[in-house]
Amino acid sequence: MLAVTGWPIVYAVWLSLQRFDLKFPDEQKFVGLANYATVLTNSYWWTAFGVTMLITVVSVAIELVLGMALAYVMHRTVVGRGLVRTSVLIPYGIVTVVAAFSWRYAWTPGTGYLADLYGGAAPLTERASSLAIIILAEVWKTTPFMALLLMAGLVLVPDDLVKAASVDGANGWQRFTRVMLPVMRPAILVALLFRTLDAFRIFDNIYILTRGANETSSVSILAYNNLIKGLNVGIGSTMSVLIFLTVAAIAYVFVRVLGTSAPGETSGAAPGGERR
Amino acid sequence: MRTAWRWGFVNVLVVAYALVPVLWIASLSFKTPATINDGNFIPRAWTLDNYRGIFQTDQFIRALVNSLGIAAISTAIAVLLGLLAAYAIARLSFPGKNLLVAISLMIAMFPQVSLISPLFQIERALGLFDTWWGLILPYITFSLPLAIQTLSAFFQQVPWELEKAAVMDGATQGQAFRKVIAPLAAPGVVTGAILVFIFCWNDFLFAISLTSTERSRTVPVALSFFTGESQFEDPTGSISAAAVVITVPVILFVLLFQRRIVSGLTSGAVKG
Amino acid sequence: MADIVLDKVSKVFPDGTTAVRAVDLHIVDGEFVILVGPSGCGKSTTLNMIAGLEDISSGELRIGGERMNERAPRDRDIAMVFQSYALYPNMTVRDNIAFPLKLAKFNKETINSKVLEAARSLELTDLLDRRPAGLSGGQRQRVAMGRAIVRSPKAFLMDEPLSNLDAKLRVHMRTQVARLQNRLGTTTVYVTHDQTEAMTLGDRVVVMRGGNVQQVGEPQVLYDHPANLFVAGFIGSPSMNFITADIEDARLRTALGDIPLDVRLIARLRHLDAPRRLIVGLRPEHFEDAALAAGEGIVFEAQVDVVESMGSDKYVYFTLEEPRVSSAVLDEIAVDSGADSLGGPTATLVTRFSAESTVREGEIRRVWCDPSKIHLFAPATGRNLTLPWD
Repeated sequence: MLAVTGWPIVYAVWLSLQRFDLKFPDEQKFVGLANYATVLTNSYWWTAFGVTMLITVVSVAIELVLGMALAYVMHRTVVGRGLVRTSVLIPYGIVTVVAAFSWRYAWTPGTGYLADLYGGAAPLTERASSLAIIILAEVWKTTPFMALLLMAGLVLVPDDLVKAASVDGANGWQRFTRVMLPVMRPAILVALLFRTLDAFRIFDNIYILTRGANETSSVSILAYNNLIKGLNVGIGSTMSVLIFLTVAAIAYVFVRVLGTSAPGETSGAAPGGERR
Repeated sequence: MRTAWRWGFVNVLVVAYALVPVLWIASLSFKTPATINDGNFIPRAWTLDNYRGIFQTDQFIRALVNSLGIAAISTAIAVLLGLLAAYAIARLSFPGKNLLVAISLMIAMFPQVSLISPLFQIERALGLFDTWWGLILPYITFSLPLAIQTLSAFFQQVPWELEKAAVMDGATQGQAFRKVIAPLAAPGVVTGAILVFIFCWNDFLFAISLTSTERSRTVPVALSFFTGESQFEDPTGSISAAAVVITVPVILFVLLFQRRIVSGLTSGAVKG
Repeated sequence: MADIVLDKVSKVFPDGTTAVRAVDLHIVDGEFVILVGPSGCGKSTTLNMIAGLEDISSGELRIGGERMNERAPRDRDIAMVFQSYALYPNMTVRDNIAFPLKLAKFNKETINSKVLEAARSLELTDLLDRRPAGLSGGQRQRVAMGRAIVRSPKAFLMDEPLSNLDAKLRVHMRTQVARLQNRLGTTTVYVTHDQTEAMTLGDRVVVMRGGNVQQVGEPQVLYDHPANLFVAGFIGSPSMNFITADIEDARLRTALGDIPLDVRLIARLRHLDAPRRLIVGLRPEHFEDAALAAGEGIVFEAQVDVVESMGSDKYVYFTLEEPRVSSAVLDEIAVDSGADSLGGPTATLVTRFSAESTVREGEIRRVWCDPSKIHLFAPATGRNLTLPWD
């Protein structure tokens, strides 16, 4: 594993310090931090960065609320429980590209069943509506995953605890916020961490829905475009490194500031270890 | 009774949420070219032509073979490695064990795009670019944490007193593993394999970046390049049909192994 | 069948902690020996070393006269019953019981008849085709026993086999285990942390603490003549009362009043170089309601705290105007039994009165006590100074 991730990362850092454009292979040379200067002063980068952040924050926020509701339904429902759980897994399992196509056609004027909602115009050709649809696609696909993680936390709340709270005079909302949420806190934070880092990598949905047109590129799309389309290895690598650093920073904030118990950090217990 | 109805309604809502986009793409795949742009959710005229069409093109079949082959090989290797690692993590204490666990988690969180540029360079240098192995290697790397997590969760549930009991009953260590532990870990292996397979099957970023021809392009990538049988044909129907084809195995897995997938996905998330 | 000899057997873990220190024990053929002690006392480690599940760091283990240290568990011909029963969930009851025979490569007919025989003796015949998941706790426990007896091993090792059962079933199974062992006459080593189980089941009981054997003996001997403060406090329920006392002019000055010492005891204390301050131990049954007591003894007054009527007799708890005896050993027993937070800073006296006593909570009651049954312990070492054989 180290060989396939550790070494390339080092190599990516090295590449990011080069002027290295496959269209001009002879002009490869060491340029220090020049690429970073180029990227960090480039408005495209910051636009993409902002878009990625926006998508991440908005979709994770929606997913948290929706996922909590879904988790509650899956946890509490008795009739058709298997059906609900099975169908909820479909968005998780489905190939992202397929789902993205489904959304794209759904909003394509003429073809789509949803297109009329936007008054006949093409929503995927305008920035705001495109971003909304990207978020919609992202939320649809990953809410079930969030819900499953939250449900795992919900299962940890002892029934007796909730009963005790209602005997003590807490109403439904109070039971949820005062009793269940605190017990679920670790599960919620882990779910948020997983999903935030995952959302930050968004690529497939945008690629299929807009290809990053109308300033809807995420940082991943931008890096891909520079590298594979533009064949500019130096700049592409620089973006790769910056994305890596951002993700690391997000993870750091979660683990240190919010005190997410980092999975597996409990001594000796492998990930997946349940509280004994 | 009232609450039963209310839950029923909520359940229908949830099922609809999950299924509508899938049904929509399925509906598109059954529409005739004439009605494909009518915006109706349910096809007015049904046809199988789209399916016939894609299975007549080399492009799709080739991609399907690539997808299946690459995902199958990656899954086999990742699960095997994961099995060894998980057994080691669950049963042995060795220096760097916690480090191994930490690294495997970091990789699971890793932004894949950060690896694209170095892998692109390395694979071109090694001649792995646009080959099956060029995709299999990163797939194994990124799915291994998933496999390790799922399997070690299962190994942790194995009551190890059973191993002792088997040894006391006269089994050798090997017999104890084969006859007692392995049958108990089998469900974990199935779960791990499914999750890894879904991951490989789903990947788009590596597949589009590290391939350039039909030689090793997988279906999700092929989909994005689909143009229909001729340049002038609208690819919507073909894409939809192809999309349905690659969705079917996933839905089958989900239907058959719902419980296992749920436990596998959440195994990493619930901890003290 | 065989005897089991532990000759200065020790266990030192890789991190340097000593779990078992130089245990000497000779378990004779057919004997039922109980290892008992609080958690972490080394009893399970000792059992695992006999089983071969853990290496012996030093010393020698002999079963039937043969050195076993280097032998794998499978070559020791012993069977073990686990606390969790350790039934193989993927096998039926029949296959679980047959598993050791299959591994030993018996032929089909032999396996079949042996399994049926074991099942019959444990009343498992109707359950043979079920899986462990479908069995109750008591049934699982019996399957685990069946798996142990089916191959007629040299010895049984049992690791808290009854602790997962509920109280009533546990008492029932206790009798079953005793009956089975009587019938088979197989040497048995049984680990428990429950002193009642130890007292009722064992031919002999080994009390352990912190990796050391505290005392080995028949249950009644342990009860009547505990070697030290730990055994005295651990064996018996409710446990022995402990109060401090000072020797003055051939008398013990205690919170219960002065207790005269007989000449022989004084001589022994002098001989053992006993300190002036001692810990006095008295069992609850050595007290009685003064109104009902006949015979010689001392009488004192104390305030009744709680009365527990058991039907056959009454447990009466008194509060004494004296601080509790502070002793690391007694604290350890209290922590292990979960009673560390019970009782206030003052001493409590537990007594057993006849059922006809009219004692009421809150009153000041006159209590009779038989001073001839007292134990005297040296506070520093915990040693019992009143043992007849010293």
